[in-house]
Amino acid sequence: MKKLRIKQHTRTDFLTYLGVIILFVVMNVLKSNGSLSRSLTGQLVPICCYMSMAVSLNLTVGILGELSLGHAGFMSVGAFSGIVAAMSLQNIIPAAPLRLAVAMVIGAAAAAIAGAIVGTPVLRLRGDYLAIVTLAFGEIIKDLVNCLLVGYDAKGLHMAFNLTGSKTIDDLGMKEGGIAIIKGAQGATGTTTIASFTAGFILVMVTLFVVLNLKHSRAGRAIMALRDNAIAAESVGINITKYKMMAFVTSAALAGAAGALYGLNFSSLQATKFNFNTSILILVFVVLGGLGNLWGSLIAAAALTVLPELLRAFSDYRMLVYAIVLILVMLATNNPTLKTFFSRFKLHKPTGKEAV
Amino acid sequence: MFPKLVPMPSPNLLTERDADKTPILECINLGINFGGLAAVENFNMAIGRTEITGLIGPNGAGKTTVFNLLTKVYQPTKGTILLDGNDTHNMTTAQVNRAGIARTFQNIRLFNDLTVEENVTVAMNAHMRYNMWTGIFRLPAFWKEERVAHERALELLSIFNMADLADTKAGSLPYGAQRRLEIVRALATNPSLLLLDEPAAGMNPSETAELMENIRKIRDTFQIAILLIEHDMNLVMNICEGIAVLNFGRIIAKGTPEDIQSNPAVIEAYLGKQKEA
Repeated sequence: MKKLRIKQHTRTDFLTYLGVIILFVVMNVLKSNGSLSRSLTGQLVPICCYMSMAVSLNLTVGILGELSLGHAGFMSVGAFSGIVAAMSLQNIIPAAPLRLAVAMVIGAAAAAIAGAIVGTPVLRLRGDYLAIVTLAFGEIIKDLVNCLLVGYDAKGLHMAFNLTGSKTIDDLGMKEGGIAIIKGAQGATGTTTIASFTAGFILVMVTLFVVLNLKHSRAGRAIMALRDNAIAAESVGINITKYKMMAFVTSAALAGAAGALYGLNFSSLQATKFNFNTSILILVFVVLGGLGNLWGSLIAAAALTVLPELLRAFSDYRMLVYAIVLILVMLATNNPTLKTFFSRFKLHKPTGKEAV
Repeated sequence: MFPKLVPMPSPNLLTERDADKTPILECINLGINFGGLAAVENFNMAIGRTEITGLIGPNGAGKTTVFNLLTKVYQPTKGTILLDGNDTHNMTTAQVNRAGIARTFQNIRLFNDLTVEENVTVAMNAHMRYNMWTGIFRLPAFWKEERVAHERALELLSIFNMADLADTKAGSLPYGAQRRLEIVRALATNPSLLLLDEPAAGMNPSETAELMENIRKIRDTFQIAILLIEHDMNLVMNICEGIAVLNFGRIIAKGTPEDIQSNPAVIEAYLGKQKEA
């Protein structure tokens, strides 16, 4: 096969993968040395989940150019369906890593379906409707899971909605030895935690692989083209709704997988964890890392998840300092002087004719 | 110098070489109303398969509206558009493009954050077959089709000597190059009718001369029909085989460049009515 010439983006993608691998190895070495603090060790899996969330949201916001304010909602769908899958498959698939993988796939599929349901009516429209609808979706999912009762026994899955507030897990009518998986507002409790840092690393790599390869295929070009100019994209034969759906559903599915891993990392998880604040937090990772810039999202997600821990010294003023750091980083990364300074280190020279 | 047109009053602008074939484009009583205003009305026109046709008229005559009707940016409120004999009724912009109409825009609409090459390959999307998963997992079909697309893009870009700019971001190209890239992008969709909306706008005389050469070259190489809107009369009179003049949404004259230059209705539309002495 004749080789395509190495492009700028191929090099950037390669360095991104390499960076994640190096980070994983370093963290693993530090962990086995015992030089990581307890709180940071506990943060490793959530950091991987947030990195993956940031990359997948970047697909919607940076690459597709649509604002989504309910990304945590897809994470929630993935988390709770993943928990249900993992708990009910406990006897069928005894191997924890395999069960985790299956749970993540089911979480991704559930979130993809949710994404398709949300996206189908909205993505036909032009304008900022997606932001409003995803915002509502995040809240609706939170309330739905809050009154969801799920249990598993020898007869299979039992599900009920506690809409009036009068039902409890006992009303599911489970047999002896059945387990309660989701208990309404109490959330999922007693979950067997099977998430591992290695799984988190694989999740980040898979997310990067999917998003980067999608971006640099014909579908990705079409998605970026309709972001840049929808009218022109249509004029060259691109079906706008189809590609919008493709990007949005893929983004939701990846969020679902991340959610499943996140859910299986904690023995107890409430639906309120995936609220509007979480959606905004992920959006902050994306904006801070740069729209369409995947390695930026990774760094921003990791740094901003660790930062509150590092700022413990400021005790009560922790969140104040956090906000100030955020503002300073935003200002610094948009500073023209700094930008030109950093552009000198770019690997490629600008080609010939530049802007007029 | 130019092929002869079928004599008027034939409603069509068909050169003799195309007269006995199905016209690539046929508009029958085409019209659109915006509120109460008839922006285009009773637009009748047929274009032969390999013809270069000009659509001229004063500002606000409705020329770009005609383009928007043909490409279904607006759905016509009246009339029929036949593309190669097939009705384009109810088609979307994307479908019309896949059926064979490609266009450029008066105010340049490139994909600014994509490279020059990507701007061209994205236009080949409808002719590429591999699906999303093949793209994600980089299966052999991906490499095969991407290589074909890459080679075809460079080939098309080299018509306008732009192959060496392939990796530049489209947004950072100089103005003239952006206009040329729009034409290349339109050609990449493999059209049978190319619509050019003021291709020479903002170009200097030497660039315009080069553009004229290229428009002819495109027609000869790809054997396609070209319909162009242009205010540069030198360009229009030099390369168009048939010309339609539009004023207030209606065609006021059709014919060869020679006919149009001496047509009193056209002179009136452009310069106003001469006062009686």
